[in-house]
Amino acid sequence: MEHRDDIGAKLGMWVFIFTEILLFGGLFLVYAIMRNNYSKEFHEAAHHLNAFIGTINTVVLLLSSATVAMSITAVQKGNNKLAVILLFATLVCAAVFMVNKYFEWGHKIHIGLYPGSDLMMTLSHGQVMFFSLYYFMTGLHMFHLVVGGIILTIVMIKVNSGAINTGKYVLLENGGLYWHLVDLIWIFLFPLLYLIT
Amino acid sequence: MHNDAVHITPYRTHLWVLVTLLALTFVTITVTWIDLSALTVLIAMVIASVKGYIVLTYFMHLKYESSLFRVFVFMVLAIYVLVILFTFSDYLFR
Repeated sequence: MEHRDDIGAKLGMWVFIFTEILLFGGLFLVYAIMRNNYSKEFHEAAHHLNAFIGTINTVVLLLSSATVAMSITAVQKGNNKLAVILLFATLVCAAVFMVNKYFEWGHKIHIGLYPGSDLMMTLSHGQVMFFSLYYFMTGLHMFHLVVGGIILTIVMIKVNSGAINTGKYVLLENGGLYWHLVDLIWIFLFPLLYLIT
Repeated sequence: MHNDAVHITPYRTHLWVLVTLLALTFVTITVTWIDLSALTVLIAMVIASVKGYIVLTYFMHLKYESSLFRVFVFMVLAIYVLVILFTFSDYLFR
């Protein structure tokens, strides 16, 4: 009989998630301090963000988290076919998120709002701080989204081939945990950057 | 060794969690439209925390894992809250 430890695998994944929480936690702390120091400038700068695109991306991410969670249920019930469909839906959501981000960032770069631009040089220190944090935090989040997409693609292929099945699916669970982490970070990023102006 | 007792979360539960999260998102957007100044930030962060709790509990399955997982997560979050408190006490009272 194959020897493996699913609890240990999941515990390891959680330890990794803790390091991610502290990584983003540090950035949220910088945001909080800077917002405290430059509340007026943050207020002005946040008006440049597109809350509509932000809202769509929030809905898309929540949806993708639900489909990943449901794909675990499908595998547990032995329905790998449905699990593949649900994982594919998750990847479609990730792609929609990326396309939205492309238009969002694209517009800002087009009007000259990006780190080091001529326009940025004319802004106050607090506004520059806001946009730097905006690009860094959403950028790092997007990087995690891409990595999560790659992980879930591998998981989807394994579910399709039957390598992940009713008796053995800890890789799917851990991939799901990573994806939910991406969702979790966005839950805090969205109101802080887009809504509270 | 594998799964002493596997807990299968029904599809229905995941759908309800999704609906709840979407509803809370809508509430946050509505609250930030009505400008309550400092209170807005507090309300938005409380709602975000509730959403985070729901994601951790149901989507990340903490409700059905051994209590060891919950203790770990609680401790990490407690440490993070302490870091925030110490940093702000430094900034506000120096």
